[in-house]
Amino acid sequence: MKNPFTLEEKIILVTGGASGIGKATALLCAQMGADVVLVDLNEQGLKQAAEEIGKESTEIHALNLTNEEQLEEMISSLPKLDGVVSNAGIVYSLLAKFNESKDMERIFNINTFSHINLIQGLIKGKKLNKGASIVFTSSMSGVYCGIAGGSLYGATKAALAGYSKALAIELAPRGIRVNTVHPGMIQTPLTSNTSLSQELLEEDAKNYPLGRYGKPEEVAAAMCYLLSDATVWMTGTQLLLDGGYSLK
Amino acid sequence: MEIKDFIANFADQFEDTDPEEITAETKFHDLEEWDSLIALAVLNMTEKKYGKKITFDEMKVCVTVENLFNVIAAK
Repeated sequence: MKNPFTLEEKIILVTGGASGIGKATALLCAQMGADVVLVDLNEQGLKQAAEEIGKESTEIHALNLTNEEQLEEMISSLPKLDGVVSNAGIVYSLLAKFNESKDMERIFNINTFSHINLIQGLIKGKKLNKGASIVFTSSMSGVYCGIAGGSLYGATKAALAGYSKALAIELAPRGIRVNTVHPGMIQTPLTSNTSLSQELLEEDAKNYPLGRYGKPEEVAAAMCYLLSDATVWMTGTQLLLDGGYSLK
Repeated sequence: MEIKDFIANFADQFEDTDPEEITAETKFHDLEEWDSLIALAVLNMTEKKYGKKITFDEMKVCVTVENLFNVIAAK
């Protein structure tokens, strides 16, 4: 019997693949048998990730996903894909009273618009194989709960969840599935670069019924589940991984 | 960056505290309205008005508004 969780013979694109959730997902995808294509702004991080993956088939593309020309060029060079993990993003903690147009543009450009542009390019360029799986990194914030300072971040992540619903309908005739994962706080370079101290982060982690923040590898496992044929009848769903945070 | 300006901007982050109550010598952690939301507002204000980023840790060790001003000004 074929293991339904295997990713063998699949080519999977991972954006934000140089660190955090993206890198952990790329590593696990490769371990599960996939060939991976990594995209990130950080070329050094990409090279490091590719080295850790240790497979000759690994492709890396260092580019700014918010630059439409660079994005178009990268898409045209891609092989046909069986999976896409649209994951690149930034965190910006800003209270609503400080939200200005320039802040909205900056965070929406990377966290939402670049994802929509990527998918548009992949569809138009006929780069998605029948039965492919697309997974977006959304968040618990903005969808399952609110966090002070997270109004813009939450809005960008909720936008991805909303976008996924219609995309799932449009791509269903070709058996292409679209789902979102919604992590709570995950220990990544992205979260450790905030203005919060280690002590405050540890204090905040106590708000999670399971007693700690998540790990990138734990989100990667959810990604691989949604990329695999184990979820061949799942589309338009939201998979929450928050250590129970939003139960309270 | 002038301390007079900074004190006004700092005081502006409070909703119920009388701005007159806040001076360079004010021990801001002791203000009744001071909480994590006001603290985040001060961090956001510092970045927006002065283009300088400080962390919660750096803010925590400051006692008076003037201490905080000096930490930010030194950035």
